[in-house]
Amino acid sequence: MIRPHFRVVVVDLTSRKTHAENIPGRAEWLGGSGLAALLFEKYGNAGAPWTDPAQPLIFAIGPLTGYFPLMSKTVCSFLSPYHGQYTESHAGGRSALALRFADMDALVVVGKAARPSVLSVGSQHMEILDAPFLWGKDVFVTGKMLRHMLPGSGTRSIMRIGPAGETGCAYACINVDTYRHFGRMGSGAVMGAKNLKAIAILGDASFPLPEGKDYATAFKEIHSQLTETTMMSKYHDLGTAGNVAALNELKSLPWRNLQATTDPGIDGISGERFATDMLLRNAACAGCPVGCIHIGFLREKFMADHRYLYRQVAYDYEPIFSLGSMLGFTDGFAVLGLMDAVEREGLDCMSSGVALAWATEALQKGDVTQEETLTPLTFGEPEGYKAAIRHLGSGANEFYRRLAQGTMKAASRYHGEDYACVLGQEMAGYATGETFFVSESLSFRHSHLDSSAYSADQKPQDKDADKVVAGFVKDEASRCVLTSMVGCLFARGVYSAERLQQALTSLGYADVAANLDAAGTDIQRLRWRLRMRSGYAPMQATIPKRYTEVVTWKGPIDTQYMETLRQTYARKLMELGQEV
Amino acid sequence: MKTLIAARMERCIGCQSCSLACARLVHKRLSWYTAGIRIGSSGGISTGFEARVCLACDPPPCAAACPTGSLTPRKSDGGIKQDKKLCIRCGKCVAACPVGAIVQDELDNPYLCIHCGRCVPYCPHDCLELAEKGTANVVQEVAE
Repeated sequence: MIRPHFRVVVVDLTSRKTHAENIPGRAEWLGGSGLAALLFEKYGNAGAPWTDPAQPLIFAIGPLTGYFPLMSKTVCSFLSPYHGQYTESHAGGRSALALRFADMDALVVVGKAARPSVLSVGSQHMEILDAPFLWGKDVFVTGKMLRHMLPGSGTRSIMRIGPAGETGCAYACINVDTYRHFGRMGSGAVMGAKNLKAIAILGDASFPLPEGKDYATAFKEIHSQLTETTMMSKYHDLGTAGNVAALNELKSLPWRNLQATTDPGIDGISGERFATDMLLRNAACAGCPVGCIHIGFLREKFMADHRYLYRQVAYDYEPIFSLGSMLGFTDGFAVLGLMDAVEREGLDCMSSGVALAWATEALQKGDVTQEETLTPLTFGEPEGYKAAIRHLGSGANEFYRRLAQGTMKAASRYHGEDYACVLGQEMAGYATGETFFVSESLSFRHSHLDSSAYSADQKPQDKDADKVVAGFVKDEASRCVLTSMVGCLFARGVYSAERLQQALTSLGYADVAANLDAAGTDIQRLRWRLRMRSGYAPMQATIPKRYTEVVTWKGPIDTQYMETLRQTYARKLMELGQEV
Repeated sequence: MKTLIAARMERCIGCQSCSLACARLVHKRLSWYTAGIRIGSSGGISTGFEARVCLACDPPPCAAACPTGSLTPRKSDGGIKQDKKLCIRCGKCVAACPVGAIVQDELDNPYLCIHCGRCVPYCPHDCLELAEKGTANVVQEVAE
């Protein structure tokens, strides 16, 4: 609903009560990333551990959610089990529109349920169901059971965790509507610690539209840009998987724990191969006509006499990198099998693949033994990895429990830090060069989507650290605006500042439209203050030795420049995070 | 008369652009529910999607059940005309629809397809068609 304040619903799992609050600040904090930070400051305690039951798990949408196409994302913020500090994770599915139609600008979950539970909320509905029978169930079984237990088929979002969230894996994800995720930084473990197996959001309200022609005009123009131009075609066609072969060609695709950046076996896992041989169909987030979700099929013979089952597995660039090239696979079907296993456990696919790539090299080097890994781990051999994924999700032994806390934590115990592919968290799939390695190591979410660093690395650039860092900071501020609306970052080419202003003004948010630049900077700074208050020390962030050995299309890494850039960016972040 | 037919739902990606367009353009609402066409999964998102939309029954049982004349049969080919001024929000039409194509909002106003076709251009996969009854789904374009 269009309103000058935020309507925030706070659910306390301990007391099993909820209340709605009206919180001012729309023009200053916009929604999404800005609102989530504002709410963390109000409800969270940056000085207390993430496991404190009082810490909030926040889901926030923005002023444009549902009103315009691709304004279809939700920002989740929390203290991360990965590093104990303030962070964000973003997802789509139906989550954003469900929150809109549940008439909430944000949902804040605090407290801890006495026993495993499911929270179901809507505009006229709040219920906490005891669900100990779901504990231990995988993500897909949980989703199927909840479909029958909860109201609102077609107009709801079901967000749930798998075993990894229950066992406190620091990179457990929240699965959203089967094919999307709050993937990174361990939001799934936050739900697990709250005894919260699932959250269902029922979008059961509807709202009047603004009077006059401005909204209709803005919608028409934006919709036609998104659907009638080529701006979104790469996401519509091969999807993000289209980058796999391109990055391999650029010597920038991590292979076998980043022991190589290109491999002649690329054809077996390229986006083209997936589209030709494995693509079953597409799906979309609610409110997005692009439909970038690519779902592959996997047919498995499970018994003699030609008895088969089939699986449907959503694929993208990042899971193909992390569970494909990073683990030495050149057969896309094998990669789909691992993606399915990771989905069931409720693990983040990127961290899981990179962690297992490290474990494989550690086993090869003798830094760990098979007594610890419980199963053989060999690049390109799927069965060992499938078993290891189950061990990661369940926390089968001390080795897997350490690995589930983060690859570097395990590496420091087993003396394998030099070859741990960790850039703040397990790396994203871009061995593009110094700019990306520094950006992901230090940036707010340790995400490839924090800046366009991986894209900058793919072009010739002068090595001016001050200029590059200024670019990171400016880029982040503008992304803060888009992730406060909350738009899909894939649409950042369409949603220019002018477009956002037009859209906001058409809804009656002229004051918000006039303040976008300042709000972007303020949100950026508030996020960094929260991060620093919760313990971040950017000067101490290091880049493992493996990254100094990488060879890209530009040749070997310039380690001196990388170090200069790291220090320059870290100093800038200290400045951004200073208390006011 | 032309009728909206969800002819190719096996192509549907669940973006709900049709529902949002109907609510926005026909009913002047922001909603994915108070619309003449609504999209749900067939049994979980892994199973694909189906449309809840008027099938243009002839004669329409919702019109027969309507006690005020707010819903009346179209001149031909099934489906109804709606005069919102006459509606007393009793919900008889909802109960009469055999396929659950009519919903009520929180004020009990009914929403149902009037076969205007304004949702059709918003479907990115051409799942929907406004056509003479019996002629849709005959021609399947061949992909390039």
